[in-house]
Formats: sequence, structure tokens, C-alpha cells
Amino acid sequence: MSFLIVDLCGLLAAFLFIYGLKRMASPVTARSGIRVAGFGMALVVLAAFLYAMHVTPAARPHLGTNVLLAVIALVLGLGWAWWRGKRVAITAMPQMVALYNGMGGGAAAAIAAVELLSHEALTALHLGVALAGALIGAVSLSGSVVAWAKLDGRLRKPWRIKGQKVLNALVLLAALALGLAALLASGGPGPGLTAAFFVLALAFGILMTLPIGGADMPVLISLYNACTGLAVGLEGYVLGNPALMIAGMVVGAAGTLLTLLMAKAMNRSLANVLFSNFGDVSLASGDDIQGQMKPAEASDAAITMRYADKVIIVPGYGLAAAQAQQKLYEFVKLLAEAGVDVKFAVHPVAGRMPGHMDVLLAEAGVPYDMIFALEDINDAFPDTDVVLVIGANDVVNPAARSDKSSPIYGMPILDADRAQQVYVVKRGQGKGYAGVENALFYADNCNMVYGDAQAVMAKMVQAVKALGDAGAA
Amino acid sequence: MDTHIVLTVLIAVYIFMLAAFTGYEVISRVPAILHTPLMSGSNFVHGIVVVGAMYALFNAASWPEQVIGFLGVLLGAGNVGGGYVVTERMLEMFKPSAKKQP
Repeated sequence: MSFLIVDLCGLLAAFLFIYGLKRMASPVTARSGIRVAGFGMALVVLAAFLYAMHVTPAARPHLGTNVLLAVIALVLGLGWAWWRGKRVAITAMPQMVALYNGMGGGAAAAIAAVELLSHEALTALHLGVALAGALIGAVSLSGSVVAWAKLDGRLRKPWRIKGQKVLNALVLLAALALGLAALLASGGPGPGLTAAFFVLALAFGILMTLPIGGADMPVLISLYNACTGLAVGLEGYVLGNPALMIAGMVVGAAGTLLTLLMAKAMNRSLANVLFSNFGDVSLASGDDIQGQMKPAEASDAAITMRYADKVIIVPGYGLAAAQAQQKLYEFVKLLAEAGVDVKFAVHPVAGRMPGHMDVLLAEAGVPYDMIFALEDINDAFPDTDVVLVIGANDVVNPAARSDKSSPIYGMPILDADRAQQVYVVKRGQGKGYAGVENALFYADNCNMVYGDAQAVMAKMVQAVKALGDAGAA
Repeated sequence: MDTHIVLTVLIAVYIFMLAAFTGYEVISRVPAILHTPLMSGSNFVHGIVVVGAMYALFNAASWPEQVIGFLGVLLGAGNVGGGYVVTERMLEMFKPSAKKQP
């Protein structure tokens, strides 16, 4: 009876997940979508306690401890993630999604580990599926943690060695071989074999992620999201739980599609993202840029834009980090009132997560018809008087067009360098998240406005207002 | 009364196939502007793995199984809690853009 209740709750949850995701497909209903899915989750997690009423005989003496452990783990896990999730800055969202996703992969791997260690006899098919899920889940866990460390700035340089591809392939093959050995071992795989299998799977996730550049991380996170979904679906089969199978596979398919869409937005194939950075990259790339960065005052930049005909704003991560989008729009409104033609150019991966920048601008009140995608605006740069780059870096780096040794080579960029004059608002002289120098900053037509984006925008607003007052007087 | 679901391999394949098509269809009609919260939302959905981890922990019969099961539930709970909070916060930011639509 208790299993029936869990299964029915699982069925309802699976329905609510799909319905919730469907509602998330439109901005109007999106917020209720996550609540619907959240309700389904709460229901099925509470119902899962009924599993405790039918445990295997071997586990019966430990049941009290196990239930207590489950409650502690739930409270700690939920509490920690909730607290972190509430506090994390919107700009740091990509790495948090990566981290939470990796945790899901780890949970799937843990299920497999318990199944492999338990003395319950599994059929060869179940064992094989459990191992496949374990491998995918473990790779997702360790890979996501590396992706998190990279995006969080804890691991700045891509780690590349000669023969990396071969090493990775060998580690993967070794993990597969151990999995096969575990499958064929009579009387089930022992703890030693299981442990070695997981160590290799985790190592593969780390090795595979290390050489991939920071700019490619959103695609990778999306891929690992799909992987975790798949792993969850497979473990769901091992446990005979259709709710896990459905939820896992829905996410697996949806995540795969999202990954391909993102890779397409960067004009790259998935294989290119995963493997192009391997091997023969010169680490010294970009160190030979000639020229100097020239600083400019915010007020000078503002006045130049006030008297320009056409201005394009290229917003990036730094704008969001400084929460300066409100001030920016205030400035843009002043320019528009003065008759300047102002547009926003948003790169597909601006803010390091597709769609992130559009949201931040929309929140500040920027109308949709002012925001242009890369392919719609790139031809307009040569006729543009002033480009204002705020907190963006890699997405305007000309090295992506020309420098084959650059880690970001091949990524479509906004051709800001082709405008008459470029102002770059930037906190300091650091590199972008891909860890590459930007030749644009050294170009003759480019000036740097150093400072916090919000403070700079406030100065610009002031400068234009002062000009207006003087004109009126 | 044994009411637990019995899954044959073929039924499992049916479930996987239909779920995969569902996932593909649900996502394929989403505007690009919603990709970020959607990735996070689907991340939350696979947090249901915590249910499987709870099952594994309840049936753990030795201390290594208990330790791994505990870790599984801990990680799964983190996936659920974090996925929900982060998605909700992001969708919160979509409210103004939704209002803008006539």
C-alpha cells in the first residue's frame, strides 16, 4: 500500500514537472511554472518517507538510524542550498546552477554505488544500467565542480598538456573496462572494484573539463545538466521508479536540445566546444599586443555620445555585476531625448549565460525594440559614431576573428572595433573570463573609462544633464 | 497486496522514449530569452533524484552504504533546494519584461 502511495505521488509529480516546465516556456506564466513543479517535488519527497515501511530484511536493524540520517541530510542539503541560493548574486548564477547540477549527478552516482555494494542480487541488465548511470552521474559531478570553480574565478587558466586527448581517452577506457569487469564479476563487484570505478569516472569528468575555456562554460553546464538528467533516468530504472525515469529523461532530452541551441548561438558545434581547445594551444597568445590603453573621463565620453548621431551600447557581465542597468537606461533615455539614435547590442552569451542580459535590461525598463541580437546589428558598427562597451570583454575581442591561437577563436563577436570611437567602461585592467588579452582595448579608436559601472553611469548622466541645463539657461 | 510497479525492459524503453519526446517538445518552443531560467528549472526537476537516494539510504545495511546513501540524499537535497530558489529568483526578474508585452 505504501509503495502505491509513493508511486501515485511520483506520477502526480511527473505530471506537475512537465506541466510546470511547459508553463515556464512563456514569460507570462513562468513564475507559476516553477511553483507548480516545486509543489510536485515537495509532495514526492514527503511521500518517499513511506519507503521506510518496506525495507529489505538486511536493512531492518538500521532503519531508525537510516531515517534519522535521511532527515539530517535533507535538512542540511536543503538548508544549505536554500541559503546559498537566496544570497548568491544574480551574476554568479551560472556557477551556482553548475554546482546544484553537479550535486544531482553525485546523488545519482551515490544511488548506483549503494546498489552495487548492496548484497541484493541485481540482474546483469540492472547492473549495466546502474553502472552507465553511475559513470554519467560521476562525470557530471566532478565536471560541474570544475566548471563552477572556473566560473567562480577560482581556476583561471585552462589546464592543457600535450597528449591530453590520449590521456582522457585512456582514463575513460579504463573506467569502462572496470565497469565491464564489475558487470562480469561473479557475486557482484566488490568494494575495491566499485571504488576504483568511481575514482576513474570522477577523474575523467575533471580531466575533460579542465582544458575547456571559460567562455564555453555555459554550453558545458547545459550539457552536464542533460547528463545528470540521463543519469537520474537510468537510476530510476534500476530502482523501478517511473517518476525518476520520466523526470530524468525529460531533462535529459530538454537539456540536450538547450545545449545544441546554445552551441549554435556561438556558431560552434558541440564537438568543437568540447575538443577544439585540446592540445596545441600556445599559452602565450595575446601577450604581444602593441600599444597602450588610453584612459578617458566619464564626462568626456558622455558628451561625445550626446553629440553623436548613432550610439550602440554593448552591455556585458560587468554591467550586471555593478547593478548599473537602471543608471545606464537613464543615460540612454537622456541621449534619446537629445535625438541620438541609441541601440543595445546583446551578444548571445552576454552575461555568460544565454538570455541573461536581455532579462537584466528588460528589468531596467529597456524596451525590446532597442535590443538587437548579434546577427541583426553587426553590420551597423562601421556607420556608428560611438560604441559604449560596459563590462563586456570577450564578446568584443577581435582575437576571436583573427587569432587562431586564441582560446576564443571562432566565437562570433560584436564588431565594436569597427566603429569610429569606442569607450570601454571597465573596473580595472584585468582580462576577461576566457583569460585572454583584448586587442580592442589597445586600439587607436578606443578609450578606457575606469571605474565601477554604476559610478561611471552616474557621472555620465550628470554630465549630460549639466549640459542640458546650461543649454536651457 | 503487492502493488509495486513491475517494469519490463520494453515498458522502460517506452517510458524513456515518450519522456524524451516530451522534453524535446516542451523546450523547443521556448523563446531564447527564457533559456537561462529554463536550464535552471530543468536542473531543479532532476532533483527528484533525492527520492531515489532516500530509497537507497533506507535500504542501506552496512556503514559504507549508509555513508554513501547519506551523501546521496545530501547532494540530492542540495540540487532540489538550490534549483528551486535560483529558478524562482531568476523568473522574478522576468516579471517586468512580461508586463511589457502588450
